Amino acid sequence: MSEANPSVGNTSAAPTTLGGATLAEVARPRRSLWSDAWRRFRRHRMAVAGAVVFLLLAIGVIAGPVVWHGDPRKIDFARSLQPPSRVHPMGTDDLGRDVLARVMLGGRVSLSVGMAAMLIATTLGTLIGAVAGFLGGSVDSILMRITDLFLALPVVPLLLLLIFLFRDSLRRTFGAETGIFILIVTVIGALNWMTVARLVRSSFLSLKQKEFVEAAHALGVGELTIMFRHILPNTLGPIIVAATLGVGAAIITESVLSFLGLGFPPDTPTWGRLLYEGQNFLDFAPWMVLWPGFLIFLTVLSINYIGDGLRDALDPRSRL
Amino acid sequence: MGRYILRRLIFAVPTLLGISLVIFAILALAPGDPLAQFAADPSVPPEAREQIRESLGLNDPWYIRYFKWLTALFRGDWGYSFASRVPVLDLIAQRLPQTLQVVGVAYLVSILIAIPIGIISAVRPYSLFDNLATTFAFIGFSVPTFFTGLVLILIFSVRLNALPFIYDSTLRVTDWETFVRQVRQMIMPVTVLALFQTGSLTRFVRAAMMENLPADYARTARAKGLSEQVVVLRHVFRNSMIPVVTLLALGVPTIFTGAIVTEQIFRINGIGELLIKSIQNSDTPVVMAITFIFAVLVVFFNLIADVLYGVLDPRIRYD
Repeated sequence: MSEANPSVGNTSAAPTTLGGATLAEVARPRRSLWSDAWRRFRRHRMAVAGAVVFLLLAIGVIAGPVVWHGDPRKIDFARSLQPPSRVHPMGTDDLGRDVLARVMLGGRVSLSVGMAAMLIATTLGTLIGAVAGFLGGSVDSILMRITDLFLALPVVPLLLLLIFLFRDSLRRTFGAETGIFILIVTVIGALNWMTVARLVRSSFLSLKQKEFVEAAHALGVGELTIMFRHILPNTLGPIIVAATLGVGAAIITESVLSFLGLGFPPDTPTWGRLLYEGQNFLDFAPWMVLWPGFLIFLTVLSINYIGDGLRDALDPRSRL
Repeated sequence: MGRYILRRLIFAVPTLLGISLVIFAILALAPGDPLAQFAADPSVPPEAREQIRESLGLNDPWYIRYFKWLTALFRGDWGYSFASRVPVLDLIAQRLPQTLQVVGVAYLVSILIAIPIGIISAVRPYSLFDNLATTFAFIGFSVPTFFTGLVLILIFSVRLNALPFIYDSTLRVTDWETFVRQVRQMIMPVTVLALFQTGSLTRFVRAAMMENLPADYARTARAKGLSEQVVVLRHVFRNSMIPVVTLLALGVPTIFTGAIVTEQIFRINGIGELLIKSIQNSDTPVVMAITFIFAVLVVFFNLIADVLYGVLDPRIRYD
């Protein structure tokens, strides 16, 4: 990352050659790495659109209930399976509950699962990759063997197996909702850290040979400080990209689990769970499926575009 | 070449052992007693239960149980399904053809779509076609398979009444009429799986082609006076296929995972549907066997990807 900013050198050389442009060049504010990245990100139109859509969705599901006073859990059989109307903008489900309110509640769960799982996966991956890349030698080869092993694990079947086996005991210890949340988030996180670990490891391998690390060693800086204060910040670009894309993948994984009936309990309407409940009413109440499904799609699509833009902005060398 | 393949094969063994250990550990650590159904049964006295435990080897230490389980696995003795009292392997053998059929056709379709789109996109980057293809690819890998499945059912089965939404796996193709019915019932599941796979594949073909188009050998071919078509299709395309082919091998397990959802939506009685049903019935031997099969698939196709890479690209063959 340190050499990803050659334009700073160019601007200082400009005044001697271009007489007319000197003033403008000098007046230009100093560019930092992050403002440079932000400038590149803004040029990626779809990524900006994705960021706006994602922010709107996040605000919608978090702050939505302040504006919309529908009760996601109030059962009213007299109002069951009503099509979208002014009273219920997204219609009602088979038990007469307001779909909009349920979608907001579900969106909060889905987004927090995505974020939390991503945090676990990224932290785990960064730690393992940093240790492997920094220490090298036998530690590195053991950790990379483990990474390879995890990459060969079949994620969805294993998730299903783990949830099937541990669901009841966690439910008893932490309560239905928290227990499943902890389980799903941990398992998704624990099965998705490998990409980050590999990225961080390879960055560490090349960075630890650099002069600034040598300088830090010479100054007597401790190993841990070198790892986390000097090398780690230089690997942030690819980590951020992988983490962003990881949120989308985690949201999809959670919704797949819920859709298969093995995710959250029925009273927690995550987007996937809403689809699972709605699929039997597809022929006469399609709105029960279309809204949550469309929102999953929109969220993941915007996250993928943000990730693409971030890759262009932060990690220009590895474009897909 | 033989040595290279052999080395790869030997590397796969510890991975498989590791995976089997992970699966075994998960089951061993899991709460719950495999004899729970007997515990509730008053006609089975505690002494008898203890005898069953002893005879099943449940009182042995974990490494002995793991070793026994592993040797049984190798002998092809995968146990019996709790739910249907049929050997697990027979059950899986019954289900596998349906899964393979849908997954195979879907994969073929997505390859046939992705390669031409990827090539055109790479030859004319940032053109209208490329932008459309890029958007399509992003949609393809952002939309969850269960949502596409339900939307397709809504459009083609509920609204248009054109395609059946329940897969009839008892259908035997004997004549033209049954063949048409088979094709009709496969359209939607195949589309769902193919859409999901095509997106990322298109991007990958495009990236590989873009990398090779400005390469020196392509310039040489053009300088020789070859037509652009020959340069792209004979020279650049072949070299770009090296990473694509390995990606194709690596993608096979993913499409099998995708099949779990698709089979659930269209009620195809493949192994994915069997997995979900067995989980709901707490049918542990079947769940384990299918999870293990998925793991073997991953390792096997990793191996194939490695070997193909070596065959196609002699530069990286030996170390």
